[in-house]
Amino acid sequence: MFQVFTDIASWLVVDILGLSRATKLGDALHFFIEDTTKIFFLLLVMIYVIALLRASMNLERVRDYLAGKHKGVGYLLAASFGAITPFCSCSSIPVFLGFTSAGIPVGITMSFLITSPLINEVAVLLLLSLLGWKFTVLYVVVGMSIGILAGVFLDAIKAERWLQSFAAKALVRGKKASSGVKVAHISALSLKERHNFAKDEMLEIFARVWKWVIVGVGLGAALHGFVPDGWIQEHLGAGQWWSVPSAVLLGIPLYSNATGVIPVMESLIKQGLPIGTTLAFCMSTVAASFPEFILLKQVMQWRLLAVLFLLLLSAFTLIGWIFNFLTPFI
Amino acid sequence: MKEIKVLGTGCAKCTKSVEVITKIANELNIAVHITKVIDPEVIMAYSIMTTPAIIVDEINVHSGSIPHREAIIMWLKD
Repeated sequence: MFQVFTDIASWLVVDILGLSRATKLGDALHFFIEDTTKIFFLLLVMIYVIALLRASMNLERVRDYLAGKHKGVGYLLAASFGAITPFCSCSSIPVFLGFTSAGIPVGITMSFLITSPLINEVAVLLLLSLLGWKFTVLYVVVGMSIGILAGVFLDAIKAERWLQSFAAKALVRGKKASSGVKVAHISALSLKERHNFAKDEMLEIFARVWKWVIVGVGLGAALHGFVPDGWIQEHLGAGQWWSVPSAVLLGIPLYSNATGVIPVMESLIKQGLPIGTTLAFCMSTVAASFPEFILLKQVMQWRLLAVLFLLLLSAFTLIGWIFNFLTPFI
Repeated sequence: MKEIKVLGTGCAKCTKSVEVITKIANELNIAVHITKVIDPEVIMAYSIMTTPAIIVDEINVHSGSIPHREAIIMWLKD
């Protein structure tokens, strides 16, 4: 099915530009064109189709659904909703406050907020097409587990102590008020409304992520074409223990979303970087970014921010080690 | 005069929304007073979860994206 993109790349690189795929430049360029055309095509088609299906799903509904749910299922539900409900990272604060003022515990809210950037339909789709279904399942399971466990942990240490005072008060008010579950009534959407929603969504998400795809695939292509074959394999291939924490630290200043980082993952894995190290690097790039944390300062005290940051970094490191250890057995 | 508030914690789309509304109001020659609200406490009070959100005369008419031109014209003329 994806052969056509390989053909387009070959045609452009070999026939039009007259480069041989045996040269580094030709090979890198081929990789770049093949992956960008394929990803752009998939993005446009799949965002539209998925948006059509989830047109009636919104954050208000998620909030009303989660409010008043028992904690035991709350984390799992929140992480699942996080995976299927996308929102712009600039909405993190209103979402956090919206959940909090509905009386939803901080841990459950954070399960949602942590899972959301890690897993979304675009990421899953790219993983499927670039790295296969086994890796995709692995990624989704790991991403959700991190969201769930982080949420459980935050509630266990009573993280609400370290909210900014207005948010803490809103949480207390919300808990008192939300004795019953209120589900917002939303009338069924007509096909035309669904189409309009899906079209807007497609254009909006595409406008936001296309540059990340270029950057991500560009980096992937550079790795593919210019890092000597076997270099990564030789130096990092054994999953040396220090390679995982280094990858996590390296990922922090590199801020990207999942769409940009997946083409880089593809390249790293093909070059022989162990799966655990790759996962750790990518999750750190996507979910532990400074700009996002600075935003959260508006609702959390420094202490909670620091706990959250360290929590994520240790989780990613642990995941990396576990997977590097398990790889020979899978 | 219409009182329009654009709520959002400082994202690019919020700034853009303010620009678009100002531009259309100027084109139509309608006097408006537009303010940008970035205080999370105030945003919470409107129980908004996606930004940019648009409040026209204290009614939340839109949230989650840069509003379409037709919608803005409707609010302004209403």
